[in-house]
Amino acid sequence: MSTTTAEPAARANPTRRAWRPWGVIAWASALVFAAPVLWMVLTSLHSEPDAATNPPSLLAPLTLDGYADFFGGIGGAGPWPPLVNSFSASIGSTVIVLLLAIPAAYALSIKPVERWTDVLFFFLSTKMLPVVAGLLPIYLVAQFSGMLDNISFLTLLYTSMNLPIAVWLMRSFLAEVPREILEAAAIDGAGLITTLRRVVAPIAMPGIAATALICFIFSWNELLFARVLTGVVAGTAPVYLTGFVTSQGLFLAKVCAAAVVVSLPVLIAGFAAQDKLVQGLSLGAVK
Amino acid sequence: MALETAPPPTRAGASSTGRSGPGLDRAARWARRAPLLPALIFTIIVTQLPFLATLGISFLRWNLSDPDDRGFAGLDNYAAVFSDPALRDSVVNTVVLTAVVVVVSLVLGLGLALLLDQRFFGRGAVRTMLIAPFLVVPVAAALLWKHALFNPEFGLLNGGLTWLGGVFGFDAPQPEWISDMPLTAVIVSLVWQWTPFMMLILLAGLQSRPMDVVEAAAIDGATGFQVFRHLTFPHLRRYLELGGLLGSIYIVQNFDAVFTITGASLEAANLPYQIYQTFYKAQDYGRASAAGVVVVVGSIIIATFALRTVSSLFKAEEGR
Amino acid sequence: MLGREEGKPMRSHLRFAAAVAAAGLTAAACSGAGGGGSSDDAQSINVLMVNNPQMVDLQKLTADNFTRDTGITVNFTVLPENDVRDKISQDFSSQSGQYDVATISNYETPIYAKNQWLAPLDDYVEGDPAFDQADILPPIAESLKAEDGKIYAEPFYGEASMLMYRKDVLEAKGVRMPAKPTWQQVADIAARVDGAEAGMKGICLRGLPGWGELMAPLTTVVNTFGGTWFTEDWQARLNSPEFKEATNFYVDLVREHGQPGAAQSGFAECLNSMTQSKVAMWYDATSAAGQLEADGSPVKGKLGYAQAPTVRTEASQWLYTWAFGVQKASRKQDAAWKFISWASGKGYEELVGDTQGWAKVPDGKRSSTYANPDYLAKGGSFAKSVEEAIKGAKPDDPGVQRRPAPGIQFVGIPEFTDLGTQVSQRVSAAIAGGKTVDEALEESQGLAEKVAEKYRK
Repeated sequence: MSTTTAEPAARANPTRRAWRPWGVIAWASALVFAAPVLWMVLTSLHSEPDAATNPPSLLAPLTLDGYADFFGGIGGAGPWPPLVNSFSASIGSTVIVLLLAIPAAYALSIKPVERWTDVLFFFLSTKMLPVVAGLLPIYLVAQFSGMLDNISFLTLLYTSMNLPIAVWLMRSFLAEVPREILEAAAIDGAGLITTLRRVVAPIAMPGIAATALICFIFSWNELLFARVLTGVVAGTAPVYLTGFVTSQGLFLAKVCAAAVVVSLPVLIAGFAAQDKLVQGLSLGAVK
Repeated sequence: MALETAPPPTRAGASSTGRSGPGLDRAARWARRAPLLPALIFTIIVTQLPFLATLGISFLRWNLSDPDDRGFAGLDNYAAVFSDPALRDSVVNTVVLTAVVVVVSLVLGLGLALLLDQRFFGRGAVRTMLIAPFLVVPVAAALLWKHALFNPEFGLLNGGLTWLGGVFGFDAPQPEWISDMPLTAVIVSLVWQWTPFMMLILLAGLQSRPMDVVEAAAIDGATGFQVFRHLTFPHLRRYLELGGLLGSIYIVQNFDAVFTITGASLEAANLPYQIYQTFYKAQDYGRASAAGVVVVVGSIIIATFALRTVSSLFKAEEGR
Repeated sequence: MLGREEGKPMRSHLRFAAAVAAAGLTAAACSGAGGGGSSDDAQSINVLMVNNPQMVDLQKLTADNFTRDTGITVNFTVLPENDVRDKISQDFSSQSGQYDVATISNYETPIYAKNQWLAPLDDYVEGDPAFDQADILPPIAESLKAEDGKIYAEPFYGEASMLMYRKDVLEAKGVRMPAKPTWQQVADIAARVDGAEAGMKGICLRGLPGWGELMAPLTTVVNTFGGTWFTEDWQARLNSPEFKEATNFYVDLVREHGQPGAAQSGFAECLNSMTQSKVAMWYDATSAAGQLEADGSPVKGKLGYAQAPTVRTEASQWLYTWAFGVQKASRKQDAAWKFISWASGKGYEELVGDTQGWAKVPDGKRSSTYANPDYLAKGGSFAKSVEEAIKGAKPDDPGVQRRPAPGIQFVGIPEFTDLGTQVSQRVSAAIAGGKTVDEALEESQGLAEKVAEKYRK
């Protein structure tokens, strides 16, 4: 859990402490919002017939059959290849994004190029173009270069998908490095590398972590490219998940189990770093 | 720690050094640009070239199910796009979907953020529970809503109604959520996912209020509502705009929820879905590309306004 | 506020970043080694299938039987029907050769063959007498040939449509189902058995948009009401009185006595409703019978089967088959045929019967199946009805007028996937109550006329 959650409490206006009902309302809304997630987890632990009853059977006996079905696969290799694909595409693209975005952010903040705001807005504008409009040429390129069903190609696309956000984020973090410190370092005769390592890196490290988290989540969640461009070997976890909706009777528990497993990395990462998530999602504008 | 307190020094430094082109020699300028170039070139190649290709293809007669009939089509594809009522409907759906989801989740997010700004037992747990919807993989969330919640026979919603009916002894209605209101169904699931996001941004905004002023106002006898109306809300405006903008960027493009929840229901089909269908079902590459180009042009127009908003957000930051 | 990190030790961030970087390098290394490795191995083929239960059984049985005997590994991609159609058309139309074999139907086969996306199988069939092509039911075999008379796909299972009903429920209500009912009789029975048990509706009819979902049963109803999509000289007829009458009949029936959530229910949802006793009748594919009568099905043994209901025609059932086609761009066609010969062969039906139960046999494609005593003993209640329905299907003459293209529940032209889907969306909206049938069909007529124009030239 975030270290910062305790802090606002201390700042909250003491005069408002009288409003006791707020706590009750807050808990009630939290339960409403969390209910579908809790229901997903509960359903994943029920047997298929218990999962499909009306009214719902809350107290039905718990079983791990849904998870066994999921990990047993539908006869094939099971969920491991898609999960590994998702991890390698998400983590691989996150690393490349950071390698590209950090120098770029440096050139947009600490030692800015001319017209750096235009460059920055160019990056953001690419996020506003509909992905689906570029799908066809990308598919054709993949086909003619033999990159269809190749996780490296997907990694590259995820890199381009996340790079603009990462550049914005990293720029806003690097912009926080105080000028005076940089100048002081320069006067002390520190070289570029030393300055980066000793001065910039410690200040930017939380930002890098936030950026990495966001890039990871967006890559992990991506469905459209993955569904169009992958097939036998490079399918990702979200694509695999959609394959569980079968026409053979009941599948609810299995789908919920699959949904829980596929969401787990994001849930863990997101809960562990809630404050980073906010920074990241707001392009670093909210800190 | 938020927008307004972002460091002015860099800005000042940036504009003084950034514009001093003539003073720097060529080599120095390129040395400055060097770190930027890999990212910039990569982005141009991967995001801009495909759109140029799309533009080119949009003038071709190229339907895969008609392999012998290929050639230059002029503006035929555009004529087909503009005369297609389904596409026009999907524009409306896209606008409605985006606007409603953004506004409703902003309002709900604001309410929740105000709640979370209070002190009460178990605040950390409440915050964690409220964030959960945003952390469910979108396609998993869509499958969850479609099959486990909206399903008219054994979904949780109708199941809950039956249960209530049993408890209070009335004949529980069993609405067919997705069939009767496909667009609303998609909207509900997206509001559920995006409210936490808006809440997080607005909470950050609330907690960056200058508390001394709020306290002074309280001491002067201002009511809670007056504080909200005259201090909190103006302060939050920028965060509301930011949330609205970012939400719009992502929700306009939504594909997973529309595709998964409503299948091919016409009443919920948005633009990304329509283009996808032309590309996949009709295999009409020319028409799909023309539709893509139209959407891109529309996006550029909207994005210009959106970018101006962001730009003003950051100008405000600069100004302080 | 958030992000006020001054007091927090930096080390944890460094560790986090280091861990991310390390994991990334590992992942990059893995993907480098594993990427795209499968396609060069001659002893493995890639198969793209719809995730129907019969295919899921096939997937389970392949490794321990086919791969064990031949040494050929089969990599399956199994997707829901709508997704799989998208993927197949994408892969085959671009001839990217990702998949060697895919499940296609009698709709796609002639069209794909004409576009040269499929490899002809005649030579393989001749060189493989054990496969016994003559055993394939004639309407099915014919429907998998192209204009040039060559064979382009081999059936995995075949189906017609028929009316399935709960004998016990009808009996309790004192209703008798004729062997060859008319649609009016079916509508009357639906009204009488509606509510026969708590939560039970009269009939299940597909309402889910999709040319292969709602459009299939609806088009058979249109045919027997005397309607057609196109006249022989390519005039669209979706706003003709017959087409409207049939569609109104269908929409009214499902709205009044149909399953809940009709506009979103397809084959899968109806199968579920029937299994769970939520409906008393169901007009759909004969292949559903095997699942309704499978071990563990709560309605096993309670079902009766009648011919597809008619009005103006002798018969109205559709003909459909999921079949295996080989992509022309595939470089492993020999291995692909070995797989097809095994999966579509007689031996595979025996294997399924022995290991999975006779009700699960992928039937409806071979005469020998209907002479197999084991199969008849276990699937006896529906076997005869299914065989008759398939043999009686007339893809070239399904209605009261001559047609410009083959197909019963579809029009055998490439534009139909898009057209059929768009029309089905509108009719589905009418089932949901968002449009009237007339509105839906007037709009659809415009779409169909555009297609017809192309063919009139």
